[in-house]
Formats: sequence, structure tokens, C-alpha cells
Amino acid sequence: MADVITYRDAVAEGIAREMRRDPSVVCLGEDIGAAGGVFKTTVGLYDEFGPDRIRDTPISEQAIVGAAMGAAMTGIRPVAEIMFSDFLACCWDYLANEIPKVRYMTGGQVTVPLVIRTANGGGLGFGAQHSQAVENWALTVPGLKIAAPSNPADVVGLMAAAIRSDDPVVFFEHKGLFASKGTPAPPEHVVELGQAGIVREGSDVTVVALASTVPTALAAAERLAPEDISAEVIDLRCLIPLDVRTVLTSLQHTSRLVIVEENPYQGGWGATLASLVADEGFDLLDAPIKRIASACVPLPFADALEERVIPTTDSVTDQIRRLMAY
Amino acid sequence: MTGTSTQQAGQLDAAALLSLYEQMSVIRRTEKAAHDLFMSGLVKGTTHLAAGHEAVAVGASAALRPDDYVFATYRGHHHAIARGATPEECLAELMSKATGLCRGKGGSMHLTKVDTGMLGSYAIVGSHLPMAAGAAWSAQVRGTGQVAVAFFGDGATNIGAFHEALNLAAVWQLPVLFICENNFYMEYTPISSVTPVANPAADRAPGYGIPGEVIDGNDVLTVHDAVARAAERARAGDGPTVIEAQTYRHYGHSRTDPAKYRPDGELEQWLERDPLTVAHRHLTQLGIAGDELAQADSRAEQVVANAVDAAKNAPDADPAEAFTDVWADGGSTWRT
Ligand SMILES: Cc1ncc(C[n+]2csc(CCOP(=O)(O)OP(=O)(O)O)c2C)c(N)n1
Repeated sequence: MADVITYRDAVAEGIAREMRRDPSVVCLGEDIGAAGGVFKTTVGLYDEFGPDRIRDTPISEQAIVGAAMGAAMTGIRPVAEIMFSDFLACCWDYLANEIPKVRYMTGGQVTVPLVIRTANGGGLGFGAQHSQAVENWALTVPGLKIAAPSNPADVVGLMAAAIRSDDPVVFFEHKGLFASKGTPAPPEHVVELGQAGIVREGSDVTVVALASTVPTALAAAERLAPEDISAEVIDLRCLIPLDVRTVLTSLQHTSRLVIVEENPYQGGWGATLASLVADEGFDLLDAPIKRIASACVPLPFADALEERVIPTTDSVTDQIRRLMAY
Repeated sequence: MTGTSTQQAGQLDAAALLSLYEQMSVIRRTEKAAHDLFMSGLVKGTTHLAAGHEAVAVGASAALRPDDYVFATYRGHHHAIARGATPEECLAELMSKATGLCRGKGGSMHLTKVDTGMLGSYAIVGSHLPMAAGAAWSAQVRGTGQVAVAFFGDGATNIGAFHEALNLAAVWQLPVLFICENNFYMEYTPISSVTPVANPAADRAPGYGIPGEVIDGNDVLTVHDAVARAAERARAGDGPTVIEAQTYRHYGHSRTDPAKYRPDGELEQWLERDPLTVAHRHLTQLGIAGDELAQADSRAEQVVANAVDAAKNAPDADPAEAFTDVWADGGSTWRT
């Protein structure tokens, strides 16, 4: 086994492991077959599993997700790819109205074990319609589980949990992380949905991050260490289920909370987390909760502009420093 | 009441037809009961009654196997019953009772009975066509020989999901039947005023390489035969079919819609070709005596009267149900 693997290869690896384990797992999406996916996240799957289990689709987001739903209701486990997460808007009915509600409104008669994978987020200069971090869209809908890994081993482990889940999971792969490298996942690696990871221990401030903001938060923590600021970094890994307990436990010894989100500030998942901590952990706090999120503008194209909008190591470092003044 | 599964086109005998007649009679009376219960305040929200459409649901169901899949719309009482839900379970659901099909979480627009192949009624126009394609795909992957059916209205043919589903079904040669109940109206607007072709479903099918057929949706035998043929094709691996069954809804679109937008005399013309009347005529020709038909009607009447009583007397839906069934573990927990 190689000692490092890319995030992009980990996606294919995670899917392949589950397809080997369970013959009812099938994939569908645009260009996922012989082409290996536009982000090369399904390379090798077509050769190993063939056209019956790796299905290229027309450019029909409603049909992809709607068919995945019907298939999941009737005995197979589809993994549907929506190429860029922005395109979830084209099949939003299925995420907002159909998939998350059908078990509930039928009084528990239906199970929808499906995964919708999608490339999320900015940082690659794809412009406003191919760069959004849209995990908040899914967060607004009761009935969807949401995973968003930050490193290759978690990609594999969360993919295993997502595909095995009897509940629908929206799986956000971060475009900006595809080329990043990390330790490969050990055999049989499963990361339970809703279990945050403490990726750096610290004693002064808890920094909660997700996907792309995890490396940003870690970089900020490293930069602050020489200043005697000890930051604990929590990788949420999932938004639903939301691991509030790990955050509250961390606050017991840090007493300061910073939340770093790539999505726009308004309506971001950090607001939900902040509200929960204010409700249930106010006594633990020695400072106001700080949310660092993207600006409320469509994501611009040029690097110089994009950097102004998305949280960066500089902006996170700066905000943590300010919070330490309390 | 999923019935005579292995019947081929044209093979229904008088006894089978009489049973379909009785099912239609049950559905008609259930719809009347739903209407009356709504008017007396015992059914809240809204209802979309399918009185007039019975032949499509009953004829199609009789041509399907018990393990085939059916997806319907908010106008789906008739499909639920044709597909095995009892009038009592349906009316109880409408009346927010614990004994309702979905224990009070579905309502009129979401009647579902998965264990008899009624995979749900969906209230977003056209959304279930891709789902039916997906269920057909799953049957194909599992090699079960099942087919999936989507029933939908003429209005649904102008929504994107219709076109995406037909295309996907065609390129993947899926065992799926798209059955349009063309009742010539969307809510209040005639379909012809917003659609460039005369037959909104069937005329579009050839554009996807799918056979499209227009049939008399008020003749249960015609529906049965067309669906039996299409299902046979699907099971043989020859792909999807679009069937456009022309029919008419007797009530307005929903709730208390008086359907003032319909031209004078139109309803009366269709009532002459009411599915029950048409089936009655066939049965008489086949030598079924008037008293046998009258007995079928009185059995239907009894079934529905009992259903109304039972549903009325059933306990109300349990408020605790609000917090169950979000997730597969039965609960609704979203955080630790
Ligand atoms: C996507 C969507 N748009 C609009 C509506 C509102 N609506 C409910 S029923 C209906 C008419 C549908 O007509 P048709 O498909 O012909 O079915 P019918 O009611 O005649 O059975 C409309 C517009 C809806 N439920 N979903």
C-alpha cells in the first residue's frame, strides 16, 4: 500500500471497497464510466465493475437523482454523482421534497438507502456557477444526512458509512481538496456518520471546521502556536448528524469557540452550531462565539477576489488572535 | 385487489370483468364518501378526487403482477385502492386516524402501501416519473422481471422530469410504463391551451424512441389490454411504453372546486361514457345478468359504508408519530 494517497483517489477507493463488498451497490452519473469522472474520482471503477454497475447517464440531474431514489426504494443501493454541487439546484425537488420526506410521509414504509456525491466548494477559480459551497442547502431539509470529509482516509471511511446507511446521505467532496494527499485508509475503515474528529488538540480555543476549512484551521493553529495560543481543531466531518457533544466537551477546557465555514455567512451551518452552543453551553464560554464564513457575494473568478471572499489562513489567524483578547 | 396478474391482452373473462367492475364501484363510492366527509369537515386539507378515472387504475392494476411497482400522484385514491389499499385505510388516513395507511403522516395526497406495490403518491407534479424509471432500473439490475408504472396527469407532460425520465428509460431500455391519465385539464386550465401537440404524452413519446399509444381510458378492458401488452414488452426487455388514457374527472380539481371553467354539456357527454356504464354494457353483452351487477354494487356499497364507520370510530393519530420515521432507525434525532 502506498504511504500517501490523494483525496481524489480515495473517492474511487471508497466506492470500490463498498462495491466489492455489496453487489447491490451501483453508481450512476455523467461521465463516471470509461471517462473516470470529470474530477477523475471514479477512475478504475468502470474497468472493475462494468457498465451494468457503473452507468453513464444523460445530462439529466432530475433523472439521475429521481431514478436513484426509485432504485433505492426497491432494493439496490445507488451512488449518484452530481458533477458540481451547484447543479444540485437542477434536481433540488428530489433533495428538498422527495428523498427526505418519503419515509416520513408514508409512515415509515419506505427506506431510501442512497448516496448523492458531489464536488463542492471554491478555490479553483471556476467562477460563480461552479464554485459554491452549498452544504447549507441540504442542511435546511430534515431527512438528509450530510457528510463532508477533509482528508483521504475520512473520504474512504465516510463513504463506507454513507453507502451502508439506510438513510439518504449527501456526500460533499471538496474540489479544492482533490489533489491533497494523506494517509490511506486501513482495510475495513469505517467512520461513523455524526462522529467529529479532534484533528489537533489545544487548550485555549476550539476551532470547528469542515472539509476545506480543516486545513485552513490547522494552518492557522500552527501559525498561532509560537504566540502561545493553543488551538484545538475539530473536524466536524458531518453536518447531520451533528456532533454537538464533541464541541461542548472541547469547550469545557478551551472556553472559546471559533467556527470556520466556507459557505456564505447568512444561513451557514455555523449559525446552527453557534445557536446550540449558546443554548446549551453558554456557561462554558469566556468569550463571544466567533463565526468566520465567506462573504455574502457570489463567488468571484479571479484569485485576488476569491481570496477576499473565502476564509483564508490569514483571516482565521487574525480572528482567533482577536478572540484571545477576551 | 391486484388481481389477475398473468392475464394476457384480451383474456379477461366475464367473471374477471365483473370483479373489475366491483372494484371500480368500490372506488367510486369511496370517492363520494371522501367528498362527503370533506364537506362535513371530517377531512381536512384537500382532496383530489378521481371519480371518472377508475378504469385506468383498475384496468392497469389487473394487468400487472402483484410485485410490480406503481407510483401515483396526489390524485391517487383510485390507484391506492386498485393496488390493494382498503377503503377503510384510505378514509382513515384522510380523517387523520391512527389506522390510516400512513398513520396520519401522509394524507390524501400521499396514500402509500408499499407491501402491495403502491410505492406512493407524490404531490410535486411529474416528480415520480424518474422514480418509476429508477424502480424499473432496480428490477433490471436485480433481474426480477418486475415492471414499474408511473400514473400521471396531462399537465405533468410539460415538466422537465417527464422528459428526463422518458429519455433515461429509453436509453437504458427500462421496464417502465408511463401511463398518462389525460383528463384534458390541469388544475383549471385546458391542457390544449398550453401544449403544442394534440396528445400531450403519446405524441412526445416517439421523440424519445418510445411507442406512444392513445387509448380510451374509460373502458377498463381497453386499458387492461394496452397495459398487458406494454408490460409484456417491458418484461421481454423491449423497454418503456407511453400510454395516454383519455378520461375525465367528474368533480373539480380539488376540494370544493365547482369546475365552472368547463363548457356546458361537457360533463354530461363524458357521463354517458362513465367507466362504470361502459363496463356495465360489456358485462351485459357477456351475459352477466342485471341482478349480478346489482349485487356487485350493493357489496361495494356495504364495503364503503363499513369503511366510513370504521374510519370514523378509529382512534385519532398519535401525536408522538410526529417524531418517528424520519430515519431508518425509526426516529428523528439529528444531533448528539
Ligand atoms: C411542480 C408543481 N407545480 C405545480 C403544482 C400545483 N398543481 C397541483 S395539481 C396541478 C395540475 C396538474 O394537472 P395534471 O398533471 O393534468 O393532473 P390532474 O390533476 O389532472 O390529475 C398543479 C398545477 C404542483 N403540485 N407541482
